[in-house]
Amino acid sequence: MLLIVEQFLNGLQFGLLLFLLAAGLTLVFGIMDFVNLAHGSLYMMGAYFAASFVAWTGNFIFGIVLALGATLLLGILLEFVALRHLYGRDHLDHVLATFGLILFFNDAVRLIWGPAGLALPLPAWLTVPIAIMPGIYYPAYRLAIIAVALAVALILYLVVMRTRVGMLIRAGASNREMIGALGINIKLLYTLVFGLGAALAGLAGLMQAPILTVQIGMGENILILAFVIIVIGGIGSIRGAFLAAIFVGMIDTLGRAFLPDLLRQVLSSSAASTAAPALSSMLIYLLMAIVLVARPEGLFPANRS
Amino acid sequence: MKVRLDARKAAAALVVVGLLLLPLYTSLSGNVFALTLFTRIVIFALAAASLNLIMGYGGMMSFGHAAYLGIGGYSVGILAAEGIGSGFIQWPVALLASALFALVIGALSLRTRGVYFIMITLAFAQMAYYVASGLARYGGDDGLTIYKRSDFGGLINLSNRVQFYYVCLACLLGGLYLIWRIVNSRFGMVVQGLRSNEARMQAIGFPATRYRLVCFVISGTLCGLAGALLANNTDFVSPAAMYWTRSGDLMVMVILGGMGSLFGPMIGAIAFLLVEELLSQVTEYWALIMGPLLLLIVLFGRGGIDGLLGRVRRA
Repeated sequence: MLLIVEQFLNGLQFGLLLFLLAAGLTLVFGIMDFVNLAHGSLYMMGAYFAASFVAWTGNFIFGIVLALGATLLLGILLEFVALRHLYGRDHLDHVLATFGLILFFNDAVRLIWGPAGLALPLPAWLTVPIAIMPGIYYPAYRLAIIAVALAVALILYLVVMRTRVGMLIRAGASNREMIGALGINIKLLYTLVFGLGAALAGLAGLMQAPILTVQIGMGENILILAFVIIVIGGIGSIRGAFLAAIFVGMIDTLGRAFLPDLLRQVLSSSAASTAAPALSSMLIYLLMAIVLVARPEGLFPANRS
Repeated sequence: MKVRLDARKAAAALVVVGLLLLPLYTSLSGNVFALTLFTRIVIFALAAASLNLIMGYGGMMSFGHAAYLGIGGYSVGILAAEGIGSGFIQWPVALLASALFALVIGALSLRTRGVYFIMITLAFAQMAYYVASGLARYGGDDGLTIYKRSDFGGLINLSNRVQFYYVCLACLLGGLYLIWRIVNSRFGMVVQGLRSNEARMQAIGFPATRYRLVCFVISGTLCGLAGALLANNTDFVSPAAMYWTRSGDLMVMVILGGMGSLFGPMIGAIAFLLVEELLSQVTEYWALIMGPLLLLIVLFGRGGIDGLLGRVRRA
């Protein structure tokens, strides 16, 4: 029981983290029609910035706020210098250019911070276990991630659905030329959206940082999970990304936790322990394959025309 | 028949002749390193050429092509580890395994288009990567050392550097010939037609997905051959062979050389790997230069080296 509740919460937490990453990716794709492989690099930069700023200021909250700002600025700079010239080009060009950026960021990090990973230590008040049910304790930090991510998801929803900027974003997604013709500064809007996506990726990275080590390439594997999520959810759909992210987070976590035991029921224990890691990492890709067979456009396609 | 000589053909011919004569140069100069480097380049040229078949001619942007390098390599490695050293068994198994993987992945991925296709192929290749990492019996993450190269009886000895180089070169030229024949066949015309206008081709009555799938499988099989060669070249195979950056490298080679040109990927592979080699001799942080270079190529150099050579003719 304890284990099930704990793994369930772990799955939720991982899913929400994936949502933060996937939301930025799907926003940028839905609005600018831009495929950003370097999104994972922004995630990594968020974590590195946080580790440095927290060590520098000696204050956790202050450090991560600075790191968020830094990732936002980096995203805006990136868009302004290079990526805005690629809108409207072939998707393949996007893939190549941002692939080049990944190479650049990985080596830049190696040059600045060195090849060894960094640790982002938590302040004492976030390390205490909290009783969520009588007798069941869960780390405060993981609860904090769940709370922050849910809050960000809610804010994102409110901004996109209820504000003027959100209205422009949605209008930009459905007809770019038209809102340009109506006198909206589309370039500024694009830069803002890209910066927002970068900040979301940075937030995901810096929140994950205390749980795992901060290291080069940390954004790459999780980026591919984010791709799987937006393919399952339907590219450009934030709602789809949210549901698919929770789903993928759960399946991945629960699969890793319980699949070995389940397999042991049917296979010999040695065969089970060999097959389980491979099978549990395959689970989400199998899920994606099933979704694609049933619904090639994803579960919640953004604009059905 | 009059053969028109233009810059592109001249460059391709020059490169092929250069590759054919390379062992002569290395044995005269004693520069063994160049032979090792170019063996690797020739193998990657084959992989890039196979990617070009679906990407350049078929319009299918596969971002998971390195998976076949891994599958071909692991076929050789696993068979060798289990005591089956004959290349007459290893290589056909490598081709068959790659073809089967391509068949399954293609059947699923070809249900999608455009950016979905890019992401799906990427995700499936990453799945193959994780499966290989989970193969505890065959080294898992650390990879698998191959103690003896594929054995072809007395016919050829792959442990001999020059012989192995010529085997790789023969595979490359054979692969290019095959691709040339495919592209100019009725089948190839249909696949290219599908790239240009799918609706029209379907209206004429061609089953789009079936044609694409066959093309996808041929490409995967060719790349599996490159994988078998690569494993023999390094005497080692590891999940890293199919890491997604490797797929990215292959894409870069194709685009650098020129998509949809027969010899483009070969020239692209030579250029990419030579630049990588040169930069890594200058600095440990070669990707710091390579990354922005790619960005610049995308921003300003459209059509790749092949396009550049094409412009030379027009000028």
